[in-house]
Amino acid sequence: MAHSPEDIRAHVKIYLTVFGALMVLTIVTVAISYLDLPVGQAVALALVVATLKGSLVAIFFMHLKGETPIVMWTLALTMVFLVVLFGLPLWTDSDRIVDTRPTAWAAEADKAHATTDHASEADH
Amino acid sequence: MEIPYTIETREDTGLTNPKLGVWLFLASEVMLFASLFSSYVLLRVGAESWPMQASIVNIPLATLNTAVLITSSVTMVMSWVSLKLNDFAKYKLYMGLTFLGGVGFLIIKSFEYAEKFQHVPPYLPSTNNFLGLYFLMTGLHAIHVIGGMVVNGYLWGPGAKMWASEPEKFTNRVEVAGLYWHFVDLVWIFLFPVLYLL
Repeated sequence: MAHSPEDIRAHVKIYLTVFGALMVLTIVTVAISYLDLPVGQAVALALVVATLKGSLVAIFFMHLKGETPIVMWTLALTMVFLVVLFGLPLWTDSDRIVDTRPTAWAAEADKAHATTDHASEADH
Repeated sequence: MEIPYTIETREDTGLTNPKLGVWLFLASEVMLFASLFSSYVLLRVGAESWPMQASIVNIPLATLNTAVLITSSVTMVMSWVSLKLNDFAKYKLYMGLTFLGGVGFLIIKSFEYAEKFQHVPPYLPSTNNFLGLYFLMTGLHAIHVIGGMVVNGYLWGPGAKMWASEPEKFTNRVEVAGLYWHFVDLVWIFLFPVLYLL
């Protein structure tokens, strides 16, 4: 990016605007938490605001705007690994989090399981 | 040995070496913190019950800390701006304020931790999964703040002598330290809602 004194002075105005926006968004984040929204909505909204704030920091303070392709590609690759890091454990553990089995099959299996449990209890 | 391309841009990368180096380091830092965020999500969604986070944490103190860290990010970028404009006195002022921002953040954090330990019964990392993650994630973040303060303190104090001999190299150092400091701010921006507000 260009770093002439004139450019820099113009950037100062942007930095201060971003600072104001970050402060306002911080208040918004806290305000959202007091709305007592359902968990799903609260998580989604909080993450949207956090992502917006994080993007402002990265784009303006960290000068990602106008950064070289090699940095962009490095970060893009990092994001891919980030998605895998979040996705893989949740995916492998999804049966414990949400019952993903087909409904009819799950009901049958649970019934069979309960019968076996009772039988083994009777043995004791 | 002198690190090559500290001032001049490499043709193949389009960057100075320290700048590319810090970006690669920050990419690894993203993965470090992401592994903890991922653990948090997995433990929380898989838990039979989860404590009411808002009843354990101190939201006003954390909000204040968010404001302190964001302000220190602005003073950091302003310190770099001052060097670009050849105003060394202003650089010292802004870098000093950035360092003090770090000090303020840690003082507020210590009040927060003290409150947890003084609670009856005490809130410890071993109390439950949430508190384990809370202390681990905020603690790791605080260590990063301390690391940044060491670098910023050096660049404000003894390291600032370089301005007289190699101003361009010194300005690049401040820029690279700034990238790290903004990243620390960025991590907190996500820690704050996840650990305190949800």
